[in-house]
Amino acid sequence: MISHPVSISDAVTGGSFLLVLSIVLPIAGALLAFIAGGRRSEWIVLGTMPFGLGVAIAIAIAMQKSASPLVYFLGGWLPPLGIALRADGPSVVMVAITAVVICTIGVFARTEFCTPAGSVEARQPFAFWILLSAVWAALNTVFLGGDLFTLYVAMELLTFAAVPLVCLDGRAATLQAALRYLLFALLGSVLYLVGTALLYGTYGTLDIVLLSHRVHAGSATLVAASLMTVGLLAKTALFPLHLWLPPAHAGAPAPASAVLSGLVVKGSFFIVVRLWFNVMPSLPGPTAAQLLAGLGAAAIIFGSVLALRQERLKLLIAYSTLAQIGYLFLMFPLAFDLTEGRLQSGGALTAGILQAISHATAKAAMFLVAGLIYTAVGHDRISGLAGVARALPLGVFAFALGGVALVGVPPSGASLAKELLLQSVAETHQWWWAVVIQMGGIFTSGYLLLVLAHALVPADRRVAPRAPVSRTQEAAAFALALCSLLLGLVPWEPFLSVPVGISSNPLALGTLSKALWPILVGAVLAILLGRWGGRTVQMPLRKSLLIVVDPIRRRTLAFSKIIELVDDILQRWTAATVSLLLVVILLGAAMLLG
Amino acid sequence: MNAAVVFGLCGAIAIGLGLYGLITNPQPLRKILAFNLLGSGAFLFFGVVARRGAAVGLGGDPVPQALVITGIVVAFAATALAVALLLRLFEMTGAATIRADTRSSPADDPEA
Repeated sequence: MISHPVSISDAVTGGSFLLVLSIVLPIAGALLAFIAGGRRSEWIVLGTMPFGLGVAIAIAIAMQKSASPLVYFLGGWLPPLGIALRADGPSVVMVAITAVVICTIGVFARTEFCTPAGSVEARQPFAFWILLSAVWAALNTVFLGGDLFTLYVAMELLTFAAVPLVCLDGRAATLQAALRYLLFALLGSVLYLVGTALLYGTYGTLDIVLLSHRVHAGSATLVAASLMTVGLLAKTALFPLHLWLPPAHAGAPAPASAVLSGLVVKGSFFIVVRLWFNVMPSLPGPTAAQLLAGLGAAAIIFGSVLALRQERLKLLIAYSTLAQIGYLFLMFPLAFDLTEGRLQSGGALTAGILQAISHATAKAAMFLVAGLIYTAVGHDRISGLAGVARALPLGVFAFALGGVALVGVPPSGASLAKELLLQSVAETHQWWWAVVIQMGGIFTSGYLLLVLAHALVPADRRVAPRAPVSRTQEAAAFALALCSLLLGLVPWEPFLSVPVGISSNPLALGTLSKALWPILVGAVLAILLGRWGGRTVQMPLRKSLLIVVDPIRRRTLAFSKIIELVDDILQRWTAATVSLLLVVILLGAAMLLG
Repeated sequence: MNAAVVFGLCGAIAIGLGLYGLITNPQPLRKILAFNLLGSGAFLFFGVVARRGAAVGLGGDPVPQALVITGIVVAFAATALAVALLLRLFEMTGAATIRADTRSSPADDPEA
């Protein structure tokens, strides 16, 4: 258990000023870019990026050297009055991956958001670069903040920077999506704020370390815990609180979608992890953990089936984000140690964090490729993707790699996460979560194959790209996808607890074949649920297959109709907000049950 | 019934009214106002917490007040952003609603 030192002299660990730097640097970038304006704002933000990346790496090295969390007390004031910045293993990992993703998106966005040659300043580039820097600063504060109120402020900064990213292009539809996002996020943050008031009233501090010593089960604490958790879930868009996500993530320009889907939702997810694992590991109880993962499982089914039914690539990716968010919450019951009655920061937590960073890199890559496809062919209808692979070979390859990494093919981060989760399943004897974990991989390969099947088909006539696609942009997307695929090879031990005997050889034949069968089942799902238009009937071989497939397909389509109907209802404001209150009550009751 | 309880109840009522307004009102402007009421209830809670600290003999706990001031700034910024978005939406469409038909809205195809 971490505890606070008595005096300042032994408080500040070596290199802890880096934590301040990692927040100050992007904030300074955003402010200077705002003052400078025009083309200079782009250069200022791009100029801070290498330094920000360097600071993130330096933090990781400093923590590896000191082998303990880095702590910095702002102004030399100790908690409970002072504010601490704290970097433990998971936060170091998140800070590093955020830096990598933001910098790559920055490289990608140079083509899309450069100020046009003739003009002094254009609204879109000016806003984008400032907001990108602001998102970075807010995320670093979320990962490093040491007390619950700092986390609240950081989360609000994150929302305020993310909402304008949704409506950068200024179309009415995206403005509407941004407003929905903002209002729903605000509802979530007020719930969180009420929770912090209750906690402060009960314990007289909001510092995470001090709270973890003082916290005990009481009615006020339980109410606070459920309010805060659900407030954060609303911002993370866990099913059934996802009404804002598909229009917001699908409507934004590609680099903005990549930031929103890859990084922004991870911010509030990380605060849930902080709250459950660091502040009150013994409080929520097994029932609440099961409930949280149950919502995750529902998110996987809903998000995946809806993703398979989409006609547009960006909406497909947005719904897949919904499913992947659900996947992140599967770790909670698996991390619960029944004998000690508390959540353990062991293999399951590592799996959750790994899944989060794998998704951050892979999903950012996929959204960037979707943007490239849109630039090249002028639309993103999945049925009209034929010939795209010829026009954008590296881009489509990046999309495939990102998808393969998400499915959990070794050596991707997601495959290591899956292995860790399955090991926890075996240790805690909760076989039903193994089913859900495998289902997640199967569905992911389903919608990946659906897109690839359309993109790899040769076009009837040659597809002439409407606009030339920059090779740098393709390379940036490819780098992110590759990063996700190689995350499983990184030695995580200094930062995350990895149980022994995991992935001794990620490239062994056995592990590869284990990863292949979900892809085959996924192909069947894609055939059953996807929108194929007239394409299937053209080939004579498939005609005979269709006789077999058709009755099953009709039944699965009926099932997907029901899911689409429920989703339509949940996308309404009243239904979503009422279900938010229901989740608060359910979670509170589950915590009371223990 | 002491002052802290009265204020606590007022906070609870404000939160209840704000939640009701946020859920039931279809107009975005009213939702924004309801959010502000909801926020005020939360801030009142912090005030009660500070007052209870005083009852223990601390002579008033200043920390919750610092938190409330920060909270008010955040809520103000949120309101400004929401109103700005709403005004822009109204300028463009002549109507202000967030009852989006989500299937068609992001699917706006400039080509079609």
